[in-house]
Amino acid sequence: MDASVDSNVKAVRRSKEEKKVLRKQLKASHTLLKHEGINTTSQPTKSLVVANGGLGNGVSREHLSAALKQMGELETLVMPPHKPYAFVTYRLEESAQKAHTLLNGQKMKCGEDSVTLYLSFVNSVTCEEETSVPLPEGLVLVKDFVSQEEEALLLAAIDWSSLYDDATAQKALKHRKVKHYGYEFRYDNNNVDKDKPLPAGLPEECLPFLERCLRNGYIDIMPDQLTVNQYESGQGIPPHVDTHSAFEDTILSLSLGSQTVMEFRHPDGHLVAVVLPERSLLVMKGESRFLWTHGITPRKFDMVPASDPQCPSTTSDPIGHSNLTLSKRGTRTSFTFRKIRHEPCHCAFPSVCDSQGASSAPSPSHPSTPSLPCCHADAARLEEEYVHRVYDAIASHFSSTRHSPWPRVCHFLSSLPPGSVLADVGCGNGKYLGVNPHVVAVGCDRSSALIDICAERGFQVFVSDALSVPLRTASCDACISIAVIHHFSTQERRLAAVRELVRLLKPGGRALIYVWAFEQEYNKQKSKYLKESNKEHPGNYSLTVNTSEDRRETHGKSCPHDSERGKEEHTPEDDVSHSSKVTDGKLSVHTNRTAFNTQDLLVPWHLKDGKKGGGREELGEGGKKNKKNESLRKPSDNCGTSQRSTNETSPVSGSGCNLGIITSDDTQSTDLSFNGDSTQTSSSSLESEPKSSSVPVFHRYYHVFQQGELERLCGQLAGVKVQSSYHDQGNWCVILEKD
Amino acid sequence: MKLLTHNMLTSHVKGVIKGYPLLIKATEVKVNEVEFNPQFVSRMIPKLEWSALVQAAEELGQRQDLPSDLVPDYETNEEFLKKVHRVLLEVEVVEGCLQCPESGREFPISRGIPNMLLNEDEV
Repeated sequence: MDASVDSNVKAVRRSKEEKKVLRKQLKASHTLLKHEGINTTSQPTKSLVVANGGLGNGVSREHLSAALKQMGELETLVMPPHKPYAFVTYRLEESAQKAHTLLNGQKMKCGEDSVTLYLSFVNSVTCEEETSVPLPEGLVLVKDFVSQEEEALLLAAIDWSSLYDDATAQKALKHRKVKHYGYEFRYDNNNVDKDKPLPAGLPEECLPFLERCLRNGYIDIMPDQLTVNQYESGQGIPPHVDTHSAFEDTILSLSLGSQTVMEFRHPDGHLVAVVLPERSLLVMKGESRFLWTHGITPRKFDMVPASDPQCPSTTSDPIGHSNLTLSKRGTRTSFTFRKIRHEPCHCAFPSVCDSQGASSAPSPSHPSTPSLPCCHADAARLEEEYVHRVYDAIASHFSSTRHSPWPRVCHFLSSLPPGSVLADVGCGNGKYLGVNPHVVAVGCDRSSALIDICAERGFQVFVSDALSVPLRTASCDACISIAVIHHFSTQERRLAAVRELVRLLKPGGRALIYVWAFEQEYNKQKSKYLKESNKEHPGNYSLTVNTSEDRRETHGKSCPHDSERGKEEHTPEDDVSHSSKVTDGKLSVHTNRTAFNTQDLLVPWHLKDGKKGGGREELGEGGKKNKKNESLRKPSDNCGTSQRSTNETSPVSGSGCNLGIITSDDTQSTDLSFNGDSTQTSSSSLESEPKSSSVPVFHRYYHVFQQGELERLCGQLAGVKVQSSYHDQGNWCVILEKD
Repeated sequence: MKLLTHNMLTSHVKGVIKGYPLLIKATEVKVNEVEFNPQFVSRMIPKLEWSALVQAAEELGQRQDLPSDLVPDYETNEEFLKKVHRVLLEVEVVEGCLQCPESGREFPISRGIPNMLLNEDEV
């Protein structure tokens, strides 16, 4: 191998061990390629599929193209959106052969990450038709509406220097900075105080711009309210419709500083992603203003059409664009101009109009979304529908994604003295019951479908609720509650669940509790759950990842010494009330693999239909063990193995983990079809996915915990103390010790 | 359900004071051979409610000559440990139910799995 092939491509000398890994990785790639329906051929052709060299793996067109061009002239480079692979066609077959010889198995640096490329010849490249997607009705995008000079002038007109400024109602929201002029937009009621104009009117620097909008007919009346939002790279805004009763029809939004992608979603689920270039003007009117929600997914890179003046300005998801690349977001400042409404709204969309009786902030696509419970009976009903029934319906698919135990849970279990009695309350598929063979482990779960799976694996289990566990008081040396308590919908019930765990413990006994964290980014480290959002999208995956693996389980090197560092770098929530707020009491539906916007939410589970990769996008919370892996490695080896393989073989920040243990059988075992259980599930927790009706989507209720919240909860109980607490891959964790 | 598990289970019906031990009404019992580990069994013994174990074995007709009192030298008494091993780990209730000794509430056991869920009014 020639190390000088490309500065981006480093030749790596392989030991025997590494060669073995390579062979397995190739095999896994091939298996997955089969799942994607891509036929490779051993006969050289002009075209190659480049596994791992895809947008879905964080590889940009520029990087890949530079590496490929070293081998000869390219005819086409097709990078399907969200996919972990790309197709290249060379002008000459010998260039393709050269690429195959020299690039296969090579690492390519791509920003901070590196990926290992695997190339195979293909007979044909299916190049999807470029589909131009119409913008939502009433939406107009005007590129280069302001000049660079005007942009600089407008940006300079906004003074962010004082932290809080009453004159412009400046606020540092959780996910962005915001300033209001004319009137303050209040996030507590999603409305404005029409009788209380702010001291600062619209900055005069805006006038030339607004006059031009009037002249061009984008507006017919001068706006009197301006909201300026500043988004750092990686920040966003949840999907919303601007309150009808607060503002008149037309809304102007000017993008300055950096481009972004705004997603418009119709209540029927139809999604249109619109690239908003720097200095462009977006005019929202009619249906696009009243009916469609708009929002910006928090992320640092957007998938955008490669810079081609001819390219359409919209990308539609999931319709494929072959000419896409990744664009890094900078700091974007948006100026949103609106006109305060003084009469009730009479729009043609009463279902989403608060003036016409609809709730003030329509939730994106869920007319039947439940509210946060206000009493015990409500809470029990919510959990019954949005937790218990869902787990019963998704049990086998869920179980297939819960293979390996989390290392730090393993560590706790392994530290128990031989002969200890362990209760796993909310044991799921029994993933942790066999980790330490020298303890007596019993498990219970509310889901009888999951308990059936445990029993088939020979574990001692029973069906029970975590609020009332039928075990003798003080009978256990240890209890674990992994990814359970976040499913209780009131503080009272969460406390009761912890109290019940403590009741089971003997004096001196310890309990380990894991709950999902509101903070998915901690100590500047994103959890695996979030990291995947940059690399992949619903239904897609890295080719080198065991498709059935729970990515958040692959800890690797990303979270050392959390507990120590956590204390030093503790930053209190800047806006607790904002983040825990539930607009008009309705629970919001979380977008998988994005940061949380609220603490109480519904998390979609995409049941796998056997062909697509659905279900993998939400692999987040508490893992449960699969016996299949147990047979491949001893339980005591689990932690070490997964950690090691993560560090050594991962092409993209750890996601190529566990290749050492993948077999093709394993991969196929994930091809579970939608099982019959779900037919009993009520229609409200089961909804068909808007765009592809073949993938059923379930919603599970979660209360994600803020930093310190779990400790405070446990601190309310007498007779027990928090021995230690830490953040582990997007979870808050405590170890309790009973006095 | 092994008797080791039964030994830990208790009735949790609201208002019940004496919910332990649960009575076993078995319709199907099996005895599986499990590898004997004297150390493991001897470690388990102090964690058990001995009388409940004897009673459970009796109810299933599996007591054989298990003594009603724990022998003092059990750690070194391999003969005794084997008997405990058998009732604790080899005898399993496959079908039947568990009954709360105070309220009479029955909890079904099906395919070896006790269902201990309570109704709303029992919590």
